[in-house]
Amino acid sequence: MVDSFPHEETPSTDEFIKGLWRENPVFVQVLGMCPALAVSNTARNALAMGLATLFVLLMSNVVISSLRRFVPKEVRIATYILVIATFVTIVDYVLQAISLDLHKALGAFISLIVVNCLILGRAEAFASKNTAGKSAMDALGMGLGFTAALLSLGAVREILGSGALFGLPLFHDGFQPWVVMILPSGGFFALAGWLLLFNALQERRARLASPAAEPMR
Amino acid sequence: MNGIPAPAPAPRVWPMYRSLVGVGLLCGLLIVSVFELTRPVIQRNQAEALERAILQVLPEAVSSRTFRLVDQARFEALDGKPGGAPLAHAGYDADRRLVGLALEAQGMGYQDVIRLIYGYSFSEQAVIGIRVLESRETPGLGDRIETDPGFLENFERLDVSLADDLTRILHPVEAVKHGAKEHPWQVDGITGATISSVAIADILRRSTEEWIPRIHRSLDDFRVAE
Amino acid sequence: MTTPARTLEIRTSPHIVSGYSVDTIMFNVVLALLPTTAFAIYAFGLAALLTLTVAVGSCVLAEQLACRLSDRASTLGDWSVAITGLLYGLTLPPGLPLWMVAVGGFFGVALAKSLFGGLGLNAFNPALVGRAFVQAAFPVAMTSWMPGFTADRFVSVPGSTLTLPLTKPVYDGVTSATPLSLWKFDGQLSEVGDLALGFVGGSTGETCGLLILLGGAYLVARNMMNWRIPVAIFTVVATASASLYALDAERYAPPLFMLFSGGLMLGAVFMATDMVASPMTSLGCLLYGALIGGLVVVIRVWGGMPEGVMYAILIGNAVSPHIDRWIQPRVYGSRVGEPAP
Repeated sequence: MVDSFPHEETPSTDEFIKGLWRENPVFVQVLGMCPALAVSNTARNALAMGLATLFVLLMSNVVISSLRRFVPKEVRIATYILVIATFVTIVDYVLQAISLDLHKALGAFISLIVVNCLILGRAEAFASKNTAGKSAMDALGMGLGFTAALLSLGAVREILGSGALFGLPLFHDGFQPWVVMILPSGGFFALAGWLLLFNALQERRARLASPAAEPMR
Repeated sequence: MNGIPAPAPAPRVWPMYRSLVGVGLLCGLLIVSVFELTRPVIQRNQAEALERAILQVLPEAVSSRTFRLVDQARFEALDGKPGGAPLAHAGYDADRRLVGLALEAQGMGYQDVIRLIYGYSFSEQAVIGIRVLESRETPGLGDRIETDPGFLENFERLDVSLADDLTRILHPVEAVKHGAKEHPWQVDGITGATISSVAIADILRRSTEEWIPRIHRSLDDFRVAE
Repeated sequence: MTTPARTLEIRTSPHIVSGYSVDTIMFNVVLALLPTTAFAIYAFGLAALLTLTVAVGSCVLAEQLACRLSDRASTLGDWSVAITGLLYGLTLPPGLPLWMVAVGGFFGVALAKSLFGGLGLNAFNPALVGRAFVQAAFPVAMTSWMPGFTADRFVSVPGSTLTLPLTKPVYDGVTSATPLSLWKFDGQLSEVGDLALGFVGGSTGETCGLLILLGGAYLVARNMMNWRIPVAIFTVVATASASLYALDAERYAPPLFMLFSGGLMLGAVFMATDMVASPMTSLGCLLYGALIGGLVVVIRVWGGMPEGVMYAILIGNAVSPHIDRWIQPRVYGSRVGEPAP
């Protein structure tokens, strides 16, 4: 697991920063939608899911980039899946040991981290071509960006859907919860709202940078 | 076939085996060690969660023991052996006297299957508490079956006493409209969550009709601990 | 250069002008809705008036805001958003907190109409999307019905109507039940006469079936509504419920009850006929109506909810582009089974 390869290039902060905002996995790349929509109904679930994904992403990126010279390209996907599945299984057991309630709330979605296209995508697009150090930075950035995105979805849904944040009530007793926000459809509404905001901001920034430039996507 | 060089155009086989088997072995090793490390903690967590649920639906009990139905007639203590369903959890008070049983039951709710555990008291011949273990009822509406104090009051003493011949329940549990409860075996529904509250009553009726007479027939099985 | 005498006028087709435009049709729909609206205000008083005003206001505001944000000319002048607002208001229970009314109106127009590109491009009926959103977000408030014809309905509004934004409504006095929930949960049937004339509980505009039919008849007479859709819906609902009723009169409701209860009349006449979200061909419209009618019966009889017109129409809207793809009119000159030249 420890990277035994000499660093070819020193990891730059850009590898870390890009996942947080410019290439945010959820709001810009729109990857990993299944967990982002399914378990973001409370801030706590969203945070747990984000951190679990961050862990899997970090470990698998580091391992895969360390193994990249050792694995022939014909079997690389199989190897990646094997590595990813291993770390997902580990997360599954550890989470059960930490809190059964949390494990129950996240349900099948922990196991489904295996097929989260974000993780396989980073393995294929980044870790298999870069040093372990750079891959770790990339994974941290992407993982934190994913966690932040999930958290912002979860926060909106929990505040509107149950008038609370991390289980702490925010309003007085008379608050009318918007039930739809906790239901699956609320995930789509919240995601749509954030995407709208993100695109509007990016478009504005692009317009300010060069008034004649095409708006982004 | 290890190491035999393949014909030139085909991909080389040995590195593929090497990497797949090597990575597979390492991953397997890692999973097994994490599994062995976390297993005792997970089992303790599960046992504690079950124990908490049992003691919550049987307030008088201080300890519990899990039984399994064998040959459709006899109950056998599990004492840590793996069981499978259906299970009955017997609760004992401080003097190790049998006070009641906690039984798991499930049935269809509004959205999905509802799983619950309920406590049956021998002295009251009644259901004396329920706890929903798993449900996906609509938040804010159907999930009031877990939170509505008026609804939960139904199960502080829900009569399921047996007829004299111990083969059937005298008055099966039945759901009624909110505010129409007249008898101790009726469940007062929730306005706005009619289907979920009726589902709870149905689950209890089916489970009690099946289990309570059977338990009374083999009451001695549970007394082994006294 | 002298101007030549206008002996020959050259124009491109179309040459026959009906005189109908979007705004005349929409204005006539408003006319057709007037009796229903008037009855709603007569039956539920100030509460209905406030609900309808806020519903129209929030839809208009959402449209105006969307036009402003997307740098388009204001489209308020074509009346369509006003109709959306009015229809949306008519489907809400009187006594629904006004802030919820506004939230739903805003969502319906912004989400189902503006984001799709405005009038003519909406896949779903915006009024029903707004209602579906409120139904999913505030299910309790959406199923608390105030009784109609109370003595003080023109001088006071129920406390729940004026609930502060984001807070839970408190219902003073009694809430009544709708005929459908009475039937579904208590097995009680209401009198068909009361149903047709509107002397029952329900949403502001759904109670009086006869006035809705009157409005529909006016639109059909002016050739501004496709009569096939409501006729197909009514036929399927009537035959399906009649055969169920014949099977077991104890369990199933009689066909007249099914036709006049709940939102079926309002939905079939004014919602399902939304020109944008319904199929284009005559056969397609019949199929679309039959699908909606079938779904209504299925949801009402076997579903968990007492009423299903809203979901039935939304599902119908979703299917209508596919109906249009299956049923394409034969292009003049082409043969059946041959691709259009």
